[in-house]
Amino acid sequence: MTPNLHLWLIPLLPLIGAAINGFFGRRSSRPAITTVALVFSGAAFATALWVASQFSSLTPPYHPEILASWIRSGTFRVDFSFYLDQLSLVMLLIVTGVGFLIHIYSVGYMWEDAGFYRFFAYLNLFMFFMLTLVLASNYLLMFIGWEGVGLASYLLIGFWFPKASAASAGKKAFIVNRIGDFGFLIALFLIIKHFGSLDFMQVFGSVAPFVRAGNEGVLTAIGILLMVGACGKSAQIPLYIWLPDAMEGPTPVSALIHAATMVTAGVYMVSRSHVIFEHAPIALTVVAIIGTLTALFAATIGVTQTDIKKVLAYSTVSQLGYMFLGCGVGAFSAGIFHLMTHAFFKGLLFLAAGSVIHAVGGEQDMGQMGGLRTKIPWTFWTMTMGTIAIAGIPPFAGFFSKDEILWQASRVSLVYWGIGIFTAFLTSLYMFRLWFLTFFGEYRGTAERSDGHDAHGGHGDSSHTEHGHGGIHESPKVMLVPLVILAILSIVGGWVGINNRFEKFLSPVFRPGMTAASLEETAAPKTSEMEDSRDHSTEMAFTIISVAASLLGFALAWFLYYRNPQMPQQVAASLGAFYTTVVHKYYVDEIYAAVFVKPLIDGSTQVLWHGVDQNVIDATLDGSADGALEASDVARHMQSGNIRSYAAWVAAGAAVVIGYMIWMGTR
Amino acid sequence: MVPLPYYLILSGILFACGVTGFLIKRNIITIFISIELMLNGVNLSFVAFAAQWGKLSGQVFVFFVMVVAAAEAAVGLAIIIAVYRTRETLNVDQVNLLKL
Amino acid sequence: MISVHLVLFLIFGAVCVAGAINLLAQSHPINSALSLVVVMGALAVEYLLLGAEFVAAVQVIVYAGAIMVLFVFVIMLLNAGTEERTKGGSYVAMIVGIPGMLAGSALVAWVLLTHSGTKSVVAGALPGSPAQVAPLLFHEFLLPFEVTSILVLVAIMGAVVLASHPNSDPKKEKT
Repeated sequence: MTPNLHLWLIPLLPLIGAAINGFFGRRSSRPAITTVALVFSGAAFATALWVASQFSSLTPPYHPEILASWIRSGTFRVDFSFYLDQLSLVMLLIVTGVGFLIHIYSVGYMWEDAGFYRFFAYLNLFMFFMLTLVLASNYLLMFIGWEGVGLASYLLIGFWFPKASAASAGKKAFIVNRIGDFGFLIALFLIIKHFGSLDFMQVFGSVAPFVRAGNEGVLTAIGILLMVGACGKSAQIPLYIWLPDAMEGPTPVSALIHAATMVTAGVYMVSRSHVIFEHAPIALTVVAIIGTLTALFAATIGVTQTDIKKVLAYSTVSQLGYMFLGCGVGAFSAGIFHLMTHAFFKGLLFLAAGSVIHAVGGEQDMGQMGGLRTKIPWTFWTMTMGTIAIAGIPPFAGFFSKDEILWQASRVSLVYWGIGIFTAFLTSLYMFRLWFLTFFGEYRGTAERSDGHDAHGGHGDSSHTEHGHGGIHESPKVMLVPLVILAILSIVGGWVGINNRFEKFLSPVFRPGMTAASLEETAAPKTSEMEDSRDHSTEMAFTIISVAASLLGFALAWFLYYRNPQMPQQVAASLGAFYTTVVHKYYVDEIYAAVFVKPLIDGSTQVLWHGVDQNVIDATLDGSADGALEASDVARHMQSGNIRSYAAWVAAGAAVVIGYMIWMGTR
Repeated sequence: MVPLPYYLILSGILFACGVTGFLIKRNIITIFISIELMLNGVNLSFVAFAAQWGKLSGQVFVFFVMVVAAAEAAVGLAIIIAVYRTRETLNVDQVNLLKL
Repeated sequence: MISVHLVLFLIFGAVCVAGAINLLAQSHPINSALSLVVVMGALAVEYLLLGAEFVAAVQVIVYAGAIMVLFVFVIMLLNAGTEERTKGGSYVAMIVGIPGMLAGSALVAWVLLTHSGTKSVVAGALPGSPAQVAPLLFHEFLLPFEVTSILVLVAIMGAVVLASHPNSDPKKEKT
């Protein structure tokens, strides 16, 4: 008997907070808005913790909690129902926990902003949708959350909408997401058609007989289309282009939505649908290939970017690629593990970057930074923790999750492993590059003025409003405390993965029907001792290679950006056109603009606007009006007032009638 | 022994002359006279058919036509007099205020 | 075979047509009115040829004797002059008027001559003396008879009102 955990409370609390702040926030004081926002998101977190504490008392199989019925159409049923198992529990804790920390951070970051209440309303709204997404027990409710987080993302990216680039970035994010959603919808339609239901339990239970009946092609199509949706939401090739532009939004938004939670919705969805993917190996391979290529592609771009947030954005795309690689080789729990650690260290990195930007008065170009480590020590140390974590150096969090993915990938194909190792090297390289450029060397910017002038004259295109005191200063405590907490999590967060504890925790989801002991065997399905130890030693070797790759990246960054700061210029110059291509992000945006956007806009303008709207619809109306005018202009000449003319017409008409009657009479 | 069509043709000619006069004449009184000519042509046709079918009702109808023609001529001429008083002209082309 | 009936018909028919064409050709209304009297006279003879004595008499007495006199009085009263060609003519009337009517009547004539299957009319075949018309008039057609009398009454009143001088309106007289 499953006790009722009132799961519906968890999404509802942030929704109430969003409503209060949205409707009443405009005239409320900042402390009031803060209280509302933090109370409701904190309450959601507290409820999630309570649910987690109750979780161990539940026995599988877990039943969904049905809140209300929604669609009843013949045998097709969709309800508002929430479902809790280990996977959604993990996601729940990440979303509410990291979300709550970012709420606290945002209080400090957005304090000066005029749209303070709006920000928290949107942020709480986002939490509501994201929690709906992770707690949903059917695809349709998940899709509501899916669309809703897209909406919240659009609202928050374009938060400073008077700035044209921010408004465009919001639009771009929403439209590209929509393209992915189209694939998702087609997949849902196929699922409805072939399985008759969207409920997770029902669909997943019917997959195996479905495949045995010979319908693997349909299942592959469903899997690939679901992956298309995930590519849109989680910024994979070819739909990743919106994520770097999304950096136009405030940094807490980048941290929460575009690092920790929303972009991971795709990974969650693929993991939740693991039954489908496991029975459609081709789709699974597609997932892995896309993930690998994206990881490599984005990492190469990240090495060349100069905007601190753009580097982190491409890093997010790359790390998401890792998660998809993990899912794509069947190691779904490894993908979720990396999702969790990534939420910690990437959230930390973004928040710390926000702190840096705040300190230097709005400047985001790393070329204008440098030598900040003595001026903002707390930010420096927390960011260092995050950087080491993402580089995958033990015993920090990133090492465990990334290593698990690489190990599982190597067991499927060494190509995945090789590309993954190289990408890990690049990851370490660009992160430590960022670290050195920002915190070491001489300060190259203009924010440091001791005459008390307003510090942001002439540089920094972010609309982050700045207080009037000059000089580089540390962020307030309200921003530092979340940084510290996330830094601690970045250190210890990976330790749940030791001895495969995390994988075993998630095993009831991904390998139902197996006990923990048999899981050990499937994890290493070798029967003989010797092969077992060889397998173990191979794993050891791979681990050492991956750590070595990370350290190599650190060394190269140290060499290029600390020891010989002039060298990067020379290297870039020697690479010439290739370097230019990478700096311009392989011109992907330009290619898309030329191939897709421009024809669409031209087509709309020429065909739909000029052709159809103006020349057909307007012309028909105008033409009928003009025609009526002209016809009446001709006809009015009959009303000449001349009696003889009238009489003549009457006589002519009568003659016609008489003639007709005579003709009829003679027939 | 005159074939009936001869009477009808004569009636038709008279009627056609009446219509033609009605259309091409500009003096309103002449137009009225043309109307009377039309009515006469029709009367002839009625009487011819009465003789043909052997029914006297045709002749009775002619009588009624004449009565109506009288009434109509009286009222019409009164209207002409009234119009002449205000418009000072008998030319029907100049009584054209009802135009667009 | 040519009979007296046919000859008389043709003579007086020619008179009718000549009178009608003269009506069209004259420019002074008095000439047109007098032409119409000629037409009416010739038509009365035609009626006699058809045996309609009563109708012929009424034609001469009422039509030619009263209605045409009324016309002549009005022409005299209004001092109508010859027609003048003025602006604002109607092209349609010109087109329908002469050519249209010629064509129409020719067509009708042709149709009648080629398609009629009626027998000839014998002179005096249907005697229409007053004694024979009267029963019809006062029995079968009594209602139309009475109604036309009312019509005449209304016409008289209307004509008086319409033609009366505006200054002689009793309501406007102030003494």
